Formats: sequence, C-alpha cells, structure tokens
Amino acid sequence: MPSIAKPIAQHPSLKRNELGLTVRDYEGTMSTLCAGCGHDSITAALIRAIWELALPPHMIAKVSGIGCSSKTPAYFVNGAHGFNAAHGRMPPIATGANAANRELTYIGISGDGDSLSIGLGHLCHAIRRNVKMLYVIENNGVYGLTKGQFSASADVGSKSKRKEPNRMVPIDPVSLGLSLGATFIARSFSGDKEQLVPIFKAAMAHRGFALVDVISPCVTFNDHEGSTKSYLYVRNQAQKVSEADFIPEASEILATIGQNGAVNVTMHDGSIVSFKGVPPDYDPTDREKVFAYLQEHQTKGAIVTGLLYIDETAPQLHELSGTPEYALTKVPYEKLCPGSAALDQLQEDFR
Amino acid sequence: MPQPLLDPDVAAPLEKPVRVNDFALKLANVNGTGSASANGLLMQAIFRMGIPVSGKNLFPSNIQGLPTWYEIRVNKDGYTARALDYDLMVAMNAQTYERDIRELREGGYLLYDSTWPLDPSLRRNDIHILGVPFAQMCNENFRDPRERVLMKNIAYAGSLVAVLNIDMDIVEELLDEKFAGKKALRESNRRALRLGFDYAVEQFAPLPLRLEKMEANRDKILIDGNTATALGCIYAGATVAAWYPITPSTSVMDAFKEFCERYRRDPETGKNNYAILQAEDELAAIGMVIGASWAGARTFTSTSGPGISLMNELLGLAYYAEIPAVVMDIQRVGPSTGMPTRTQQGDLLECAYASHGDTKHILLFPANPHECFEFAVKSFDLAERFQTPVFMLSDLDIGMNDWVVDRLIWDDAYRPDRGRVLDADEVRDLSHFFRYDHEDENHVAARTLPGVDPKAAYFARGSGHTRTGAYTEIPDEYQQVVDRLARKQKAAAKFVPEPIIVQHRPASSEPRMLGSGSIGVVTLGGCDQAVREAIDRLEEFGIIADFMRVRGFPFNDAVEAFLDEHETCFIVEQNRDAQLRSLLTLETGVVKEKLRSVLVYGGFPLSAKHVIEGITSQMGEKILAVHR
Repeated sequence: MPSIAKPIAQHPSLKRNELGLTVRDYEGTMSTLCAGCGHDSITAALIRAIWELALPPHMIAKVSGIGCSSKTPAYFVNGAHGFNAAHGRMPPIATGANAANRELTYIGISGDGDSLSIGLGHLCHAIRRNVKMLYVIENNGVYGLTKGQFSASADVGSKSKRKEPNRMVPIDPVSLGLSLGATFIARSFSGDKEQLVPIFKAAMAHRGFALVDVISPCVTFNDHEGSTKSYLYVRNQAQKVSEADFIPEASEILATIGQNGAVNVTMHDGSIVSFKGVPPDYDPTDREKVFAYLQEHQTKGAIVTGLLYIDETAPQLHELSGTPEYALTKVPYEKLCPGSAALDQLQEDFR
Repeated sequence: MPQPLLDPDVAAPLEKPVRVNDFALKLANVNGTGSASANGLLMQAIFRMGIPVSGKNLFPSNIQGLPTWYEIRVNKDGYTARALDYDLMVAMNAQTYERDIRELREGGYLLYDSTWPLDPSLRRNDIHILGVPFAQMCNENFRDPRERVLMKNIAYAGSLVAVLNIDMDIVEELLDEKFAGKKALRESNRRALRLGFDYAVEQFAPLPLRLEKMEANRDKILIDGNTATALGCIYAGATVAAWYPITPSTSVMDAFKEFCERYRRDPETGKNNYAILQAEDELAAIGMVIGASWAGARTFTSTSGPGISLMNELLGLAYYAEIPAVVMDIQRVGPSTGMPTRTQQGDLLECAYASHGDTKHILLFPANPHECFEFAVKSFDLAERFQTPVFMLSDLDIGMNDWVVDRLIWDDAYRPDRGRVLDADEVRDLSHFFRYDHEDENHVAARTLPGVDPKAAYFARGSGHTRTGAYTEIPDEYQQVVDRLARKQKAAAKFVPEPIIVQHRPASSEPRMLGSGSIGVVTLGGCDQAVREAIDRLEEFGIIADFMRVRGFPFNDAVEAFLDEHETCFIVEQNRDAQLRSLLTLETGVVKEKLRSVLVYGGFPLSAKHVIEGITSQMGEKILAVHR
C-alpha cells in the first residue's frame, strides 16, 4: 500500500560508475508488486542499464500511466522526478515534457492495458512524432490491478484463470510499431536480464522513440497452463534474433566492428550498438526484411526477441519542430516577450 | 435628383429626418462565395471613418453553399451590441429572401440583385426596394467564372459606399493595402467597386441613413478575441502550445503560430523558441500541456466545450497533482456537437468543476478582445501562482468577430509570476524537499522542476498522496491535502479580476422604481455591451438598475456584496440553465430567490432588446404601475 523506503546499505565492494555512484544509488522505493512479478526484474535491468550509462539521476524523468507496470517508476532512481499520470495518457505527458525540456532522459513505463487499449492512440502518435524516449511496455496479456481480465495483447486461445479462452486477435506492439514507422523496436523477456540491459542502454541512446516490448508474465493472474504469457510458455517459445551489445563510445569498440555476422549501428550520441544477428544475416536496419522475418516467425508462434528494428536517421520531435538544441525552459523571458514597442507597431495592422 | 426605386405598387414615404451614424444593416449571403471579405471591408472602412461600429458574422458550420449573414451596427453613442432591427438588408441569397425580407423593419431598405426578378409574393408595401443587377454587371465585365462570383460582393460593397456615404478614399486605401503586390486582383476589385458605386449613384438618391466621419476610434483597434488571446500567450512567455483543431478556437492557434514565426524565431540560428504540438485529440492536448508545465514551460491549449469534456480526466490530475495549466475555452453552442459556429456561455459549470471527485477551478471571463489579451497573460500568472488549471472562457462572438476596442497596452516592467518554484540553490539549502508541505499564505506549497537537483525529485501522481508527496490510502493524510486544495482555490478569489460595477443613482431621492427596491443586473463576458445598453434604455420604463459584470471565479467579496446590496438581481447570461446564477447560489451566501434570470441561448450574440424584454416581462405589473 504506502510507499516503503528502502534502507540504503552500500557495500564497500560495490562497483562505482563514472559519476562515482553504485547501482544502489539508482534504486527507488521498495516494490509493492507481487513476489516474483516479472516487472520487478525489468526494473532491476533498467537500474543496471542506467547505472552503466552513468546518467545523473536528476537528469532522468520517469513517466508512467496506470496499472501494475506504471507503479514501477517509484521503484527506480529516487533522485529523478517521476510522473505517474492517468491510464493511457503517459505518451502525451512525456511529449509535452520533452518539448519543454529536451535535455532530460525520458523513461516511460507502461503496460499492455495502458498502451494497447486505453492509450493506443497516444502510443501511435508518440511513435509518429518520434519523441526521444525509452518506452517500455511491460506486457503480460492481462489486467492485474483489476484482477485478471484479458488485455488487447492476449493471444487467441490463451485461457484466463477461469479457463475461458480469448477469441479476439491480439495487438502486437512490435508489428504495430513497425507499421507506424517506429525508429527503434525491441522485444525481450523479463527473465532475460542479459538481453534486457543492453537493449535498454541502446534504447536510451537512440535519437528518437525507442519501443521496447517486454513479455513479463503475471505470476498471479496469467502464469498458469493455457496462458501464452506464462514463464514456461515464453521460455519455450522465445527465439533470439539479435543481441544488442551496447558499447559506449569511450570503450574499445573496434574489436566488435566487422565481426562475423555483426551489424553495427552508430547511435545519435556517437556510441555504437552491435547486433550479433541470429541468423547471421539479420539486419535490423532493413525494414522490409524485418517485416518479413517477423511475419514468418509469428505465424509459427515464435516470439522473436532482441533488437528488431532501428533507424537512426529519421527526424525526431525537435527536428520536426525546428526547436533549438537546448531546453525551451532555458530561454529567458526577455527573449520571449516582444515588448511594448513591437506591440505598438503590430497594432498598426489592426486599424 | 434620382429617387430610391420604391415598390411600384404602394410606395412607402421616404423617411425623414436623415439618421446619421445610427443604424444597422444585415447582409445575407451564400457561404463560400467570398462575401466575408467584402463585408469585413465595409466594417473596416466605417471603423476608419472614426465611427463606433460592430460586425457580427453569423455563419454556418459548412464550407460552401449554406446561408450566412453579416450584421453591421453603427452607433455614434457607442452602443454597438447586436441590433435586432435592421434598417437595411442586402439580400444576396435567394434561398433566404423570404426570411431576410421579413426581418427588415418597417420603412427599411432592401438592396437585392435585380438580375433576376423578385418574386411578387415577397414584396412588402412598407419597405423601399433597391434593385441592382449585380450578377449581370459582373458577367458582362469579368470573364473568369470564379471572378464573376467573387466580384459581385465587391460590387454590392460599391453600391453601399454610394447610398450610405462611406468614404470612397478609405475603401480604395483598404483595397490598396489588401492587394498590395497583386495588381490584377486590385484592378478587378477597383472595377467591381466602381460598377456597384456608379449604378447606385445614377439610380438612387442617398438614403436617409448616412455615415459621417467622427473621431471616436483614435485610440482604438479592430481585432478579434482569438488573435488577442494568442497575442496574450506570446507576451506571457508561453513556449509550448498543444491543441486539437476545433471551431471556434482554431484561430487562436493559427494566430499564435503566426506571431511565433514573427517574434519567436531566433534571428541568428533560425531556431524556434516555441513548440506547437497538434495533438491526436484533446486528451493528448491537455496531457502535453500538463507534461510541459511539469517540466517548467509556460504552456496552454485552446479548445471549445467538446474539448473540455474530453480533457476532464487530466484536468483533475493537474488539479490534484498541482500542475499549472492554461486552457483557453472558446465556447460554442452545446450540448454534444451542438451548433459549432454559434455562440453560447454554456461551459461555466463544466469548467468550474471539471473532472470527477471534488475539484474546483479558477475561471476568467473576458468581455472583449482587449480583455482577452489582458486575461490571457493573467491566466498564466494565476495558473503558476496557484499551481492549478486556469480557464479563460471566451466565446465564438468574442473570439471570431472583429471588435473595436481600446488599444492594447504592454508594461515592459512585467515579469511572469512563476509562483513558488525552488531553484537549485534553494533546494541545496534544504535538508529535504517535500512537495506538498510548507504552504504559504495562499495555501500553495513550493514545487521543483525536473533536472535541477536529485534532492528536488518527487513523484507527481494522481493517486492519493500525503503532504510529503508519498502514496497514501489513509483518511487523515488524504484529507490534509484535499482540504488545503479547497483553501487554495478560495484564496485565488483575491487574485482574479474584480467585477466591473456601475451604479446608476436615481436623479431624485425617489426609489428606483415604484413599489420595488433596488435592482441589479449581473452579467459576464460578451453580454457586456448589450446589458449596458439595456440598462440605459430601461430608464424609459422607469427602471433604474445598477450593473455588475463578473470577471472571475472564485468570486471575490465585491461580487457577493453587490448581490447583498440589491433587492432583486437579474442575471443575464447565454445558456439555458442559468449557469452563472447556479454558480452564484452555490458559491456565495446569496438568497437564491432574489436572483432572477434572463437567458438568451439560441446561438446568436446578445442584443439589448433581449435584455430589456427579459427584464420588463418579469416586472410587468410594476411597470404598468409606473405608467398608470
């Protein structure tokens, strides 16, 4: 129920990042989700990724909607402003905030109800605007907080706890993102931290909207036999396509480039993400092939994970708006107000 | 001397004496045919002649082919609310001849296109009929089919210039300005203007409705409320605007964009010191405003009633999480889609209590474009001072019609009131920061912006929270916060604009009305001019009434005092359900029974006639007593 502060106990042996901060410095309050919830694993991976990127906590802005997933921004980076908005409305909040202050790293946490039902339109338009942010869908196919209704991502034939099968076609955020022209699309599994951390790092370095769909089984309402979003099901069906191996600019990157089957993509901030394609010829920059590949595997019932698509060339919100490199909030009022002389002059047009 | 072409059967006598600078004309057109620019031209020419004037565009929710009207009222004494008695009707739409001719007052003048004969059944014996073959003359003089249609409008403008004595030099000057650099168009317009003018001079004597130059507009401008609102947002320093297109608010953002391109583009870098986000819907528009405001920008949205309905959810969030938000509501006729191009004051209650749960907001009611400019700036100051949504309730009449108002004035000493926002240094001096703690005398707690300092971080939420900002489901902790919000909203009463009050003391010590006590007339927004005119004319009925125009909510003390001081108050407003009256009864201690309503809500701007009828009809017996 209420937020529970985590005791800060720093072990002296904990590694420190460039800012001299340990992983613990990026934690939040204690999670109040069910024990074993996939969302907590995602939070842990996110904390790791942020720590590795050595982002100053106060330069992060956490935004979310409503639902189990949307509670989680309270569970990471205490030193960052957070905004737990209304159900489905996180994308507009993030868009407005980003328009005002582009200097922050925006992390949006959402769920399948939030993103694929009530807020589906907002998600689509945030993708179209290419708002620079990490947008995580913690996807479990079920409404947890209201106790177990199907969400729009539930697969056909997937059974609820009451053994009723879902008959409606699911909305797949990956296909959706691809068709809308999303510039960064990844999918992973909450239980696969090894894959999640580099994906999150790459997503945060991406110059535009980074959509990360994370299958995150609901231990309470959707982890039983017959569910297609249970731990067992996902582990058996997941197929890794590419591993995002994030290498910051400062470290040795040359060794990775040109390795057999690897595709290197230069990120907006100059760092490079290397994808070890599985199969070796998988190219996350070739939209048509990605489409075909995903279609092919989806029909077979396979969940393709990894960094699936990336485009580092498309203009993002601020380029589309012609706004400066710095935050609009930094423009002094004196520069914004045309003053009385201009008003007098202007009013000659109103005669 | 040529005479007006009177009805050949029974000629009404020509009126004497000549009425100078005091009459109303109505122009009936088909929309999408270019009449708006001709009508605007006439109105602007009269404005430049220095005569008090108003122009009301009564247009359909349609692109082309439906009836549209434009009304011009000139009045040397400054009474320029909508008139309902038309002295001159320019009938250019055969679809509406019947109605238009019927609306003309007895002894009035009808100007119509005599290319086609007027159906004899439409003729009236008590009016003067002036026929000009506009279509024929344009067909003979112009070749391009589109030009033939467009120039008919300029041709009738030319005839009006002749019969009403509009200054031709001023009209020519306006055309020069409008078509600067478009030589061919300028020439076509000049020719069409002359065609109509010459025909009228040859065929008709000047009408006994005449315009003569005055000096009433020296310090005035001609501007619509939406342009003035946008200008206010520019001067207030708004950098982020989010919106979804909706009539009649769209021109707010159109104007904002234009001003931004003019004043906000960095001359050195070419970069825009503004961002205008056309959202996917109004839910997103207000969401973007809340996000941008949370991040520290001055930001607003412009919308109308249906948009407010959609924004309700997030308005509650902004109220509860205490995030400033400015909403420009350009009201139109509801409910539902209603009549999008008609005016109403129907959003008062919706805005006052927008969103579920206990919510209460700050409202501002501008009466004209001049106040739109001032109140727009004030909206931002109040939103940030009180960390809450502020609604400026304009309407279609104020927003989309050109009004003659006092020149806008700007004080260069103005600096935005950002309210209580802690900067990095202030945060560093604190041992800890709690978002909703340490309220000031207005019950406002300090906020922080993202990106300042890790110590300043807090979690904004629409869920139950304590004064530290932490999640809660505990009754006392919850109530502590929402009780402060109620006190905070109340405190804003001292900061919203005071009402405008005009006392009309009776000349003698006699009571204001035989058998009655003191009378007050209370109104808001764009009803202002009509109500003031009505009060002046009510003296003819022996009714002396005081005037109050409410300009903000929560109501300040002066509002309640006025209600207390008067035995009877007529509340004049443009909605069916007496929303201002309801709000006054709910939010002041006034006795409900002494508030009476005058309600005009059909969608057209208010006229003094409506108000006089509304008040006298409720005082029927008392008025009779006076005249007895």
